[in-house]
Amino acid sequence: MAQLEIDNLSVEFRTRHGVVRALESVTLSVARGEIVGVVGESGSGKSVTAYTVMGLNDEAAEITNGRITMGGIDLLAAQPEALRELRGREMAMIFQSPRTALNPIRKVGKQIEDVLLEHANLPRRDLKKAAIAALARVRIPDPERRAEAYPFELSGGMCQRVMIAMALACTPSVLIADEPTTGLDVTTQAVIMDLIRDMSHSARMSTLLITHDLGLAGEYCDRIAVMHAGHIVEIAATEALLDHPAHPYTRQLLAATPVPETRLDSLTSIPGQLPDLRSTLPPCRFSGRCERRQPVCDERELPWAELSPAHIVRCRFPL
Amino acid sequence: MGGTVARAYCTVQVSTVMAPLLEARSLAKFYPIKGAGRGAKLHAVDNVDLMIGAGESVGLVGESGCGKSTIVPLLGRFIDPTSGQILLDGEDITAMSQAKFVSTPGRRRIQVVFQDATESLNPSFRAFQSIADPLKRLLDLRKGAEIAKRVRSTAALVGLPEELLQRYPHQLSGGQRARVGIARAIAVEPSLLILDEPTSALDVSVQAVILKLLADLRDRLAMSYLFVSHDLNVVRLLCSRVVVMYLGKIVEIAPAEALFTAPRHPYAQALVAAIPDPARRGEARPRLDGSPTSPIDPDPNACRFYGRCPKSTDLCAKSMPPLRAVGPDHFAACHFALSPIGGNP
Repeated sequence: MAQLEIDNLSVEFRTRHGVVRALESVTLSVARGEIVGVVGESGSGKSVTAYTVMGLNDEAAEITNGRITMGGIDLLAAQPEALRELRGREMAMIFQSPRTALNPIRKVGKQIEDVLLEHANLPRRDLKKAAIAALARVRIPDPERRAEAYPFELSGGMCQRVMIAMALACTPSVLIADEPTTGLDVTTQAVIMDLIRDMSHSARMSTLLITHDLGLAGEYCDRIAVMHAGHIVEIAATEALLDHPAHPYTRQLLAATPVPETRLDSLTSIPGQLPDLRSTLPPCRFSGRCERRQPVCDERELPWAELSPAHIVRCRFPL
Repeated sequence: MGGTVARAYCTVQVSTVMAPLLEARSLAKFYPIKGAGRGAKLHAVDNVDLMIGAGESVGLVGESGCGKSTIVPLLGRFIDPTSGQILLDGEDITAMSQAKFVSTPGRRRIQVVFQDATESLNPSFRAFQSIADPLKRLLDLRKGAEIAKRVRSTAALVGLPEELLQRYPHQLSGGQRARVGIARAIAVEPSLLILDEPTSALDVSVQAVILKLLADLRDRLAMSYLFVSHDLNVVRLLCSRVVVMYLGKIVEIAPAEALFTAPRHPYAQALVAAIPDPARRGEARPRLDGSPTSPIDPDPNACRFYGRCPKSTDLCAKSMPPLRAVGPDHFAACHFALSPIGGNP
């Protein structure tokens, strides 16, 4: 059994303008030491997936179906207190824009101590040392001094490292990284991503990497799940997904993503837009944008096709 | 060429065939810093020489704080430089203040497409008004029918359906807003379009459309582009020449292919190596750790990259390397750009 398992998860948001079916039948697992990427455009449901796993969705969200387990524990059935205990110790999250996710008026060392105090069972006198060790582990130079800094005194890359240090302080078994390097410089992004990869592998952490950047996922993930309009449409090992995409959307997403070899005339856009998730949706939510659409796509239940044990695609007419 | 030290005045940078459209000569912008000692100044842009040829697309890259975001309003002529000149078709447009420049014919010739159209469009203007505004101000168009005709033809040029012209920004999608931002800038037929991260707020599917649109417009309207972006893959698609900045200085200027395949400055090398590339999975690549030194009164006699540079030597701490030729149309500001590590400069 994988460390993190999301099984048939459906999430809806009740809004003034109707019910938004944000996730439908999302199934995904992350093994120990594995990095799984979740990619897709804005509105595809990547972040809702991350927030649902952490139990951090806002009140309008309702989980209408499915199970999430971590190390065999049913997260959706867990009491709030038990969940609170798991978050921080067993599972941790790194947010986009670290500067806004950190407390602006508390020294970063103290913020790490807070996490340790809550979850680590350490005697108070050892907290400071442990916080500094956590900063050192993410290769922050001069950690004793940096522990005394407020977030505004640190660069964006440094703040993200503090977030990672905080997330990893209790050596969690599951790490959710939601666009951890969006907004950072590309040189800083490379250092942060190397760090997440090294930590995941050395601590046998199960990492879910949420990103809009297929190139980034391609470099760092072991497997990639592609999301479109609240569905996972394809899951495969990274090489298989990049070299032999099976879902028409995956192929179009790849063709629209500039990589070093891309030429302007080979770059293509994806026609159409995400469907309105409040409306009545066809079984395949991509059919309105799909060049391979057949009448049956809008009529019958959408099957999963297994191209190989590790490569599955939710399409009746895969490439 | 070879190792000859050449101060990179525009003449050395001119690509063989192109007539210069815009030249920046020893351009500098310093900001006084309060509370950092008497007369302390932040060197946002420090003695930059830059040439953009007629019809040429130049990319500008570098990390946050490198001076990219000061170059945009400087060359866009929204702020006055501390020193140096900007020449448009050989005419010094910095001889007069920015306030005077606004009322000259030159104003319409340099236009800017700002980052994130959501933030840069007036929320109380319909798309039509946003595009019409510069026509009234800069082309002095008065007749309603004339303005409407021009707005509609510009909208058609950027692929904005006419029925969307009556919408407010919040009623448009991200891609449509980007089109309005581009239409507003090109409505007055500029010679130079400065694009400040024009696609960073867009999804890849929309980004692809906008990049193709920009390439198409450039060919049809014969504009020059200064394309400022942190996404090097995007820069590579659109630009023939790339300028790399670090802490207010230009550290490398190169034809796009040369920069991406054989960068010479250690910072440019780290930048190119950091581009995510699934084809190079797991490969150990040089990483640039740490952060830049302070831009406040930097040591004028030390290389700005000193301390963070893997090749740092004593020489780098004592002497600022000038930009010098390292190949055809290729310049780098490093003592060791022509020699292996530890070799003679």
